[in-house]
Amino acid sequence: MSGSLNMVGYGLAAIGPGVGIGLIFAAYINGTARQPEMQSRLQPIAILGFALAEALAIIGIALAFVIK
Amino acid sequence: MSHSASGVLATEGFHAPGPIDFFLPDFTGKSWNQDGYQVLLTKSSLLLVLGAVVAYLFLAMTSRRGKVVPTKGQYLGEQAYSFVRNGVAQDIIGAKDFKRYVPLLVSLFFFIVVNNLFSIVPLLQFAPFSRVSFAYGLAVLVWIVYNTVGIMDKGLLGYLKHSTIPAGVPGWILPLLIPLEFLSNIIIRPITMSLRLFANMFAGHLLLILFSTGGAYLLLHATGSVVLKPAGVFAFALGVAIGFLEVVVALLQAYVFTLLTAQYISGALASEH
Repeated sequence: MSGSLNMVGYGLAAIGPGVGIGLIFAAYINGTARQPEMQSRLQPIAILGFALAEALAIIGIALAFVIK
Repeated sequence: MSHSASGVLATEGFHAPGPIDFFLPDFTGKSWNQDGYQVLLTKSSLLLVLGAVVAYLFLAMTSRRGKVVPTKGQYLGEQAYSFVRNGVAQDIIGAKDFKRYVPLLVSLFFFIVVNNLFSIVPLLQFAPFSRVSFAYGLAVLVWIVYNTVGIMDKGLLGYLKHSTIPAGVPGWILPLLIPLEFLSNIIIRPITMSLRLFANMFAGHLLLILFSTGGAYLLLHATGSVVLKPAGVFAFALGVAIGFLEVVVALLQAYVFTLLTAQYISGALASEH
């Protein structure tokens, strides 16, 4: 077996943003199901929240490759 | 025991793909930093130019000779254009002054879409934005734009105040809040923006390399167990599925980048409450 322990750490670090993105889209689907006419208003907000939560995972993958 | 040991041994000939696979050689065949060699022109920089040309041609071809009853191409171009114009620019920046920023947002969106889709086009198969320097370039452009817009709207000090002091917070927390807000709004924004685009394209391309080279290795070279060859077929199938996922990611990341650009511009323009 060979490889970097960084990747295990990144896998653990990705749990947080994964749960966060799940919650964001759960709320988006919930909102759309309750009030379908709001979908076009909710979509940019959901995608924006997704992008901001994803930033944490992105910083994680960058650091996993950078830190020796 | 010996059976699984030989299975492990068999995988030693396989070289897992890594970040080094993204350092493409230039057209003389030499790689970056091979004996201090500096590459001049690589496939990724050529693809970037090709991406700009393709994005321009798409918009020019679909908007030339516009008819009242649109052809299929004109319809596609108009739908994509109005998606960015109305769905991103108008909704985020607001109906009052979004028109100035439509050219920037539309060209950003189409440029990024075309470049990202190169990652699954046969023979090209490389997304330029899976090299982080290109993503930095785009983020620096956006950073200059939204800061300039804010400074022109409010003056330098007014813009700094606007972007570091949120409205309606008690005074005692300001010494903590001002450095944090400055860091998050001025320093971190372009970094996360470029890293988001880069890391998505990078990770997608790495997955494609892993499943295709790993699948080929399992099918052709791996010995030691009967399950390895079916596993190779499975890896190829998964690689195809990842390819479809890449199309979604390419479009989504272009949308997110354009959306965030609009969001930052609208944040710099927002009036005090």
